[in-house]
Amino acid sequence: MNHTLPTISLRWIPVWRRNFLVWRKLIGPALLGNFGEPLLYLLALGYGLGSFVGEVGGLSYSVFLAAGIVCGSAMNTATFEGLYSAYTRMAHQQTWGGMLATPLSVDDIVLGEMIWAGTKSLLSAAPILLVAALLGLVHGWAALWVLPVVLLAGVCFGALALVVTALAKSYDFFLYYFTLIVTPMFLFSGVFFPLDGMPMAVQWGAQVLPLTHAIAIVRPLMTGQPLPHLLPHLLVLLGYGAVAFYLAIGLLRRRLLA
Amino acid sequence: MTATVQALGLTKVYSGQTVVDGIELAVFPGECFGLLGPNGAGKTTTLRMLLGQTPPDAGSLTVLNHRIPEDARDMRARVGLVPQQDNLDPDFTVLENLRVYASYFGLSGPALQRRIDELLGFVQLEAKAQAGISTLSGGMKRRLTLARALINQPDLLILDEPTTGLDPQARQIIWQRLRSLLAQGRTLILTTHYMEEAERLCDRVAIMDHGRILACGSPHALIKQYIEPHVLEVYGPEVETWQEDVARQHARRTERVGETVFCYAEDEGALLDDLRRRPQLRFMHRPGNLEDVFLILTGRELRE
Ligand SMILES: Nc1ncnc2c1ncn2[C@@H]1O[C@H](COP(=O)(O)OP(=O)(O)OP(=O)(O)O)[C@@H](O)[C@H]1O
Ligand SMILES: [Mg+2]
Repeated sequence: MNHTLPTISLRWIPVWRRNFLVWRKLIGPALLGNFGEPLLYLLALGYGLGSFVGEVGGLSYSVFLAAGIVCGSAMNTATFEGLYSAYTRMAHQQTWGGMLATPLSVDDIVLGEMIWAGTKSLLSAAPILLVAALLGLVHGWAALWVLPVVLLAGVCFGALALVVTALAKSYDFFLYYFTLIVTPMFLFSGVFFPLDGMPMAVQWGAQVLPLTHAIAIVRPLMTGQPLPHLLPHLLVLLGYGAVAFYLAIGLLRRRLLA
Repeated sequence: MTATVQALGLTKVYSGQTVVDGIELAVFPGECFGLLGPNGAGKTTTLRMLLGQTPPDAGSLTVLNHRIPEDARDMRARVGLVPQQDNLDPDFTVLENLRVYASYFGLSGPALQRRIDELLGFVQLEAKAQAGISTLSGGMKRRLTLARALINQPDLLILDEPTTGLDPQARQIIWQRLRSLLAQGRTLILTTHYMEEAERLCDRVAIMDHGRILACGSPHALIKQYIEPHVLEVYGPEVETWQEDVARQHARRTERVGETVFCYAEDEGALLDDLRRRPQLRFMHRPGNLEDVFLILTGRELRE
C-alpha cells in the first residue's frame, strides 16, 4: 500500500458535481423515494406499533422513532452509494479510470465520493425531517442542527463503504458487509428501541457503532431533550470517518494504480 | 531538441512476470510515434506508465519535461488520452460528456463552450450533441472519445488502439483527423494492430514483444532493413513441392504459413518466369511492407 498522506484539495468538487448532475437527471423518482419511504415507516411503525408500545423514555413512540429513521436512512443511503453506485463507477463504467487520465487523483476521487455519499444522506434525511415536522413529531427549530450532523454521519458511512468497495471483487461481496455490519448496526443502535433495556454487554457493544453516536446527537436535537455529550459523539463520527478515508485512499491507490 | 517522452530502462513487473522489460523510448515534438506488438506485448502497460497511472518498477521517465510518476498531475493537464476501452459516461449526453470531462481539468465558461462546438465539428458529431451515449455507433463513440481527449488542447495525445473494431469508413475519418492534429503540431503516440495504419500515419514505430522493443525506426527504414524488395505470396496445389524445388533457389528466404508460401527476393525475375509456366499456382507480387517486418520480428504463432 502507498502510505503517503492523502492530498486534500478542492479538486474533489468536479467528482462530486459529476455525481450530482447524474442524480439531478433522475430527481423525480429519487425524491418520491426519499419522501415516500420514510413516510410509510413513520405511519406504519410510528402509529401502528406506537399504539401498542405507548411511551418510550418519556416520548411518544412516533417521536422516538422519527430521529431513528432519520439516522438509519442516512446510514443506508450513504452505504448504498459508497458500495453499489461507487463500485459501478469504478469497475463497470470506468468513470474513475476516465478521471485518472486527467489532473484528478485517487485522493480527489475518494474525497469527492465520500462527500457525495454524505450529500445523498442529507438528501434523504432532510425530507424525513420535514415530514416528521409536518406530523408534529419535531420539538423546535433546533432540529435544523440535525442536517450538518447527518452530513457528517453520511460522509463517515460513505467512507466506510468505500473501504469495502476497494476490497470488493464483485457486488456479491457487499452482502457480507450488510449482513455482518450494516444490518446489526441498524438493529442495535437505538433506531427502533432504546438501548437501556438491553443487557450491559449489548449496551457497551453498541457504543462501538457509529450509528449509535449519530442517533445520540440527532434524537435530542429533534425531541428537545438535553444533549450533554455532544463533543465525544462527534469525535467518534469524525474518527471513524478519518480512519476510513485514510484506509480507502490507501486501498484504492493500490487497486487503481496497480 | 528535448524529447516529449524520454524513457530509460522502463520496467514493470506483475506478480513476478516482467511485462515491460527495460525499454528505451524517445518521442520527439510533433512526431507520430507508433507502438506495435502482439496481444500482451506490454503496449498498454507502457502507456499507463507514461500517464503516471502505474509506477514503474525500474527506470526513469520524463513526459513533457515532468518527472513521472512524481509530477504526473501537472503533466496530465497537458496530455489527452484515448483509452483502449471506451469509458464514456453512459449517464450523460454527448455534450454533457464533454462538459463534465472538461470540469476534471478545471475548465468551464464561454471559452469552453466555443472549444466544445469546435470539437464537435472536428469529429463530425454536431448533430449528435444531445444524443445519449447508448445511441451512438462504435465509430461515433470513438470520435467522441477523441474529442474528449482534445478538450484541454493537449500537447501530447496518447491513443491506445484508436481504430480497433471500426469499419473502414470510420477508420478513414479517424486517420484524417489524426493527420490534421499532426499538422497542428501536436505529438501523437498510438498503438495499433493494423500495420497499414502504422505505415500510413507514423513517422517512427517501435515493435514490441514480451515487454522488449525489438526494433525502432521509420516504417520505410525498417522495411528496408528487414525485408527484401520483392515479396511473392504463392498458393495452389502442391505449393510445398514448388517451395522446395524452385522457390528456395531464387528467393533469399521462403516461409510457408498455412496454405501460402511467402518468398522474399532481391530479384523477382526468375520466380515470376517460373510461375508464369505454372498456371495451377496463383500468386501475388508486392513490395515488402511493415506487416512483413512485424511477422519476421514477432513470429507467426498465435498469441493468447
Ligand atoms: N494490472 C495488471 N495486473 C497483472 N497483470 C497485468 C496487469 N495489466 C497487464 N497485465 C499483464 O501484462 C501483460 C501486458 O499487458 P498489456 O495490456 O500491456 O498488453 P498490450 O500490449 O496492451 O496487449 P493488447 O494488444 O492485447 O492490448 C499481459 O500479460 C497482461 O496480462
Ligand atoms: Mg493494450
